[in-house]
Amino acid sequence: MARQARQWRAGAAGIAVLGLTLTACGGAKVGDDSAGGSDSSGKCGTFNLAVNPWVGYEANAAVVAYVAEQDLGCKVTKKDLKEEIAWQGFGTGEVDAVIENWGHDDLKKKYITDQKTAVDAGLTGNKGLIGWYVPPWLAKAHPDITDWKSLDKYASKFKTSESGGKGQLLDGDPSFVTNDEALVKNLDLDFKVVYAGSETALIQAFRKAEKNKEWVIGYFYEPQWFMSEVPLAKVKLPEYKDGCDADAAKVACDYPVYELDKIASAKFAKSGSPAYDLVKNFTWTNEDQNTVAKYIAVDKMSPEAAAKKWVEANRDKVDAWIK
Amino acid sequence: MTVAVEKPENADKADKVDKPEGSAPVAGARRISRRMMLAAILVAWLVLFAVLRGKHTLTLAAADLTDLHRWFNDVNDSIGADRNSNPLFLYFFNEIRLVIDNLVTFVQDLISQSSAGRSVPQIGWLGVVGIAGYVSWAVGNWRVALLAVAGFTFLGLQGLWQESMDTLALTLSAVFVALLFAIPLGVWAGLSDRFNRIMTPFLDFMQTMPTFVYLAPLTLFFLIGPASATIATLIYAAPPAIRITAHAIRSVPETTVEAADSMGATQRQTLLKVLLPMSRRTVVMGINQTIMAALAMVTIAALIDAPGLGKTVVQALQSLDVGTAFNAGLAIVVMAIVLDRVTTAASGRAEAARSSGNRFLKWRRPLLAAGGVAAAVLVYLSHTYVWAAEFPGEGSTGSTIARAADNVTTWAQDNLSGVTNAFRDAITNGLLNPFQTLLTDSPWWLVGAALVGLGTVLGGWRAGVTTAVCVGLLVGTGVWSDGMTTLASTVVATVLVMLLGVVCGVWMGRSPLVDRLLRPTLDAAQVMPPFVYLVPFLALFGATRFTAIVAAVVYAAPVAIKIIADGVRAVPETTVEAATAAGCNTWQIITKVQLPMSRSALTLATNQGLIYVLSMVVVGGLVGAGALGYDVVAGFSQGQLYGKGLAAGLAIVLLGVMFDRITQAAARRTSA
Amino acid sequence: MTPATTEVPQRRGTPQDQAPTPVISVRNLWKVFGPKADQVPDSEELCGLTRRELMDRTGCTAAVRDVNFEVSPGEVFVVMGLSGSGKSTLVRCLTRLIEPTAGEIVFEGEDIRDADHKRLRELRRSKFSMVFQHFGLLPHRRVVDNVSFGLEIRGMGKAERTKRALEVVELVGLSGYENSYPDQLSGGMQQRVGLARALAGDPDVLLFDEPFSALDPLIRRDMQNEVIRLHHEVGKTMVFITHDLSEALKLGDRILIMRDGKMVQCGTGDELVGAPADDYVRDFVRDVPRGQVLTLRWIMRPVEPDDALDGPELGPDVVVREATRAVLAAEKPVKVVENGKLLGIVGDEEILAVVAGQEGDM
Repeated sequence: MARQARQWRAGAAGIAVLGLTLTACGGAKVGDDSAGGSDSSGKCGTFNLAVNPWVGYEANAAVVAYVAEQDLGCKVTKKDLKEEIAWQGFGTGEVDAVIENWGHDDLKKKYITDQKTAVDAGLTGNKGLIGWYVPPWLAKAHPDITDWKSLDKYASKFKTSESGGKGQLLDGDPSFVTNDEALVKNLDLDFKVVYAGSETALIQAFRKAEKNKEWVIGYFYEPQWFMSEVPLAKVKLPEYKDGCDADAAKVACDYPVYELDKIASAKFAKSGSPAYDLVKNFTWTNEDQNTVAKYIAVDKMSPEAAAKKWVEANRDKVDAWIK
Repeated sequence: MTVAVEKPENADKADKVDKPEGSAPVAGARRISRRMMLAAILVAWLVLFAVLRGKHTLTLAAADLTDLHRWFNDVNDSIGADRNSNPLFLYFFNEIRLVIDNLVTFVQDLISQSSAGRSVPQIGWLGVVGIAGYVSWAVGNWRVALLAVAGFTFLGLQGLWQESMDTLALTLSAVFVALLFAIPLGVWAGLSDRFNRIMTPFLDFMQTMPTFVYLAPLTLFFLIGPASATIATLIYAAPPAIRITAHAIRSVPETTVEAADSMGATQRQTLLKVLLPMSRRTVVMGINQTIMAALAMVTIAALIDAPGLGKTVVQALQSLDVGTAFNAGLAIVVMAIVLDRVTTAASGRAEAARSSGNRFLKWRRPLLAAGGVAAAVLVYLSHTYVWAAEFPGEGSTGSTIARAADNVTTWAQDNLSGVTNAFRDAITNGLLNPFQTLLTDSPWWLVGAALVGLGTVLGGWRAGVTTAVCVGLLVGTGVWSDGMTTLASTVVATVLVMLLGVVCGVWMGRSPLVDRLLRPTLDAAQVMPPFVYLVPFLALFGATRFTAIVAAVVYAAPVAIKIIADGVRAVPETTVEAATAAGCNTWQIITKVQLPMSRSALTLATNQGLIYVLSMVVVGGLVGAGALGYDVVAGFSQGQLYGKGLAAGLAIVLLGVMFDRITQAAARRTSA
Repeated sequence: MTPATTEVPQRRGTPQDQAPTPVISVRNLWKVFGPKADQVPDSEELCGLTRRELMDRTGCTAAVRDVNFEVSPGEVFVVMGLSGSGKSTLVRCLTRLIEPTAGEIVFEGEDIRDADHKRLRELRRSKFSMVFQHFGLLPHRRVVDNVSFGLEIRGMGKAERTKRALEVVELVGLSGYENSYPDQLSGGMQQRVGLARALAGDPDVLLFDEPFSALDPLIRRDMQNEVIRLHHEVGKTMVFITHDLSEALKLGDRILIMRDGKMVQCGTGDELVGAPADDYVRDFVRDVPRGQVLTLRWIMRPVEPDDALDGPELGPDVVVREATRAVLAAEKPVKVVENGKLLGIVGDEEILAVVAGQEGDM
């Protein structure tokens, strides 16, 4: 009985609310002011831009997407994908461009040389550095630590629960090329490579190390937004010479400087889309990327807002891409 | 008197089974000798370990591959290379993809994405909230309807309306497609033992194979987009529905089926009029589990561009933005809790309505119609007016939540890391390292023999054979050493899970109040994407195996706790009363009555705990666990490691199957 | 160990007096569970083994072993045995809910074992009905829908079957509960629903599988009376399985006692009590109030030359308890006469032996 009464009351209340809303109706109707965005899809069409999961890449993508949308009237679809899958997307026609590529000779061979579904779209102008880094306090307290030769001296300081009695060298996201196990072996260091497994884990480790003055050495790279929060110090490894990394098992030298580049799908390159020209012409400096990355990661701006801010401040550079 | 009445009942059951008695006196002696044999195996293992340490360990460096791994790579490449000419792709996978893509896009156009020249979806927030409330009321009751309305409104207040609706669209589509297959398959498996036996390994495989392993190939088959995300989700989400449907069909009382047979019902009549209606309640619980499993995939599917809350989480974590990630994670939790409570209420509705008497039923129809009209009006409003289409406000609640989460995390990182580090080192050095050394530094054949021995002693010869096969295949995968490292962490995590499970489970089982307080927290821990709490854990424990263990414990403990709590509660009141009457104190009641009597619940909790821990191996690989988890992640990230990742995924499946069979067989033995 | 079927004329005025053709004849029925079960009945060697030995030798369990009996029209035939005696298996074999391993089950001249699926379904739909120990009701259907379930399966229209169901519901005394759900009823009422469901299809034979053993003693008694009443009203042939001797004696025209799958004895209640086939049966019937079951036939002694033959006359089928007063009151021994023929005489001693012996046993 009580239940039934409650049901009734609920029903009555529902109808009352209904009446209220109907009488109080009003306000703007959907479609009254169909905003600009959708009608500007001119000759450009849809532009499928892969977004790989790191902030530097996102900075590139944000700016390119913003320019493509605002200046070229493209409809940009960003696709959040890991590199491997993004490249796979060239073949299936789902991805038009990768806007920051780190090496990946194996993928280039597979998709550019063998399958011919992708083409090289030039350099981004960014220089990619890979290597071993220590937190700034450590570099300051022990300046000699930035040379690999003195690493063994401090090995015991880097010991952790994971490193089995040796010093710990922390490696990060498995996406990145690493020779670290071979390096440790061939340089005969008293270290063990421990796989943090993700960039997140790596950054958190460095952040904590700097804050608590802990001993951490690990794999890292630049340009990277985190550098603007904690400027890590790079450890000097034996100098890179052409071909010294030819045999992965015998590497005993530093990583090369990567000239970061852009890749586009073959179909996209032939389509005559202005977006392809934009991708091809897009180039900026590490500093530019770090600025936008900082907007996104540290200032927590949305990628669009970050891109807008940078584009407005650097109109000349943008004009050069779309001239 | 009562005895006299009960006796015939029991007697009758025995009557039908016709089971010869007489093994009882032997059982006691056997249990003692079983314990002795376990001890003997362990001692033998330790002694041989001391002698043979470091030999035949089958270690494989991170970048090294075996022939099997290279072969996997080649297969993967060749599939990718001829996908444009292969008829299987052209006429089969493409068709599936089109259908599913259309389905998801259709739902998205309805509730989440702007479509057909509109700047907003067809149904705005008010309409969705209205439908959610109405449907919850119609299939459940008014209480869950209120919860649904409140929950969905909260999603809007969090500033995550569109993301939530994307997630909802994807989840509903995946669940829909999953059920389309799962329920018929489940019915079939419920009717046919043979089919059930064939199906079980596949289901095990679908549930324990890490998603990362098949994520990349899926995008080859079904391209990047909703179809791949949906299929990835449903591979993981369908098995519970199949299993539970089969179980439901099986647990329809035999007499009822017999009664239908005795009246001359055809198979079809029995199925439609007896089996299906009678298992409906349980099947709805299966749907519930499928929804939960689908929501657990939200973040992983985001890695192949699945839209929704998962993307927000993943992107926030690129810049270690815990607050934003937590806010989105919370939205997933809210959605999960709403869907869970609504489906649970739906499964019990028929009974609830029946007990409330028939007079209510008479009014139900007009009320339903009225509610339907109300919902339709809300939908119309949200279709027409901007205020009802776009969720008003800036989502300031969301930023408040994010800020609060940030503050808590920062505080914990600043103040707790001393304590946590000590705890971590104690567990790592005291438990994990010795155990891992024993597993990884023993010759493989010694570990294998020990495992087979343990399996046989605990679960009988059948389990022993399964273990032997699994060990053999593990060696074959080429990642034996990594497998042993993962095994060590898994066992340690399971021990911790069971410790927590027993403590909290007994507490909850004994006190309904504690149960009511803890349960929502447990639900949240189960559906909160692990990625969200990984960052604070990393800060507290560093990138270590221990962090991975803690993450696994957070994920797996709720299941174990719930199972044990239910087990403790199921101990008959009279038994506890008898113990109290005999003068037992609380501790004695727990240790001598409630725990021993919920032994089968404890074994089940161990089983599920292990499986859940294993499903976190890959996540563990992202935070320093290395070993199999890292191999899988690396395989997902780098083409030349794909084969190894696949092998590592297989190894995880093998570990899961091995433990599952041993614990299940052990459970059967203890309960027999 | 052949079953002792005592050849004594029937006690009650059952239709057996005219020796009609039986409704059901079961001949050499076997049910063996286990691997290669069908070899067991054929092998003389295996047939001779005890159940335990058979289990050890072949891994098979013989639930029903070489059972023979006939059920006459309108008879209440009770199969009695303890748990594990195979009685529930036996009753399921009758309609092949459990497939028999060997033997014949002749129903109205047709061997049920030869029936194909379709024919079997027809038989189950129209000729047999079964009442189960645990009711086997459908919890999602109202009482009336449960009762009409069998008719629904036959394809009867909704209006017609509801009408018929309501009649039967009234017959079993459930009027007013038509629209309740099973879980709202007590156990006894649920079994009434089970009974109504069995009656609804108007079958020739009702099979009861321990229908009342899950019920409280008082309710059980009510239900037994209900069955007796229904038997009087509708006069169906019934095969009734029970483990309760007093229930068997109360309901059964004839009783078949089973042990370990074998028939031990088959006969009327007074035959079992009066002439137990072996110690097993004797043990079984020891606590039975003999005076209430035995008839004068069982206690009379042959006429001796010095007996006075001018006492009152009584028929041989008069139950001892009913004769007690007359025998004790008479000064001379009572003559037991059937169709004008003197069968024997009963004196005070014989009566007192039964009554006193009975008290001694208590």
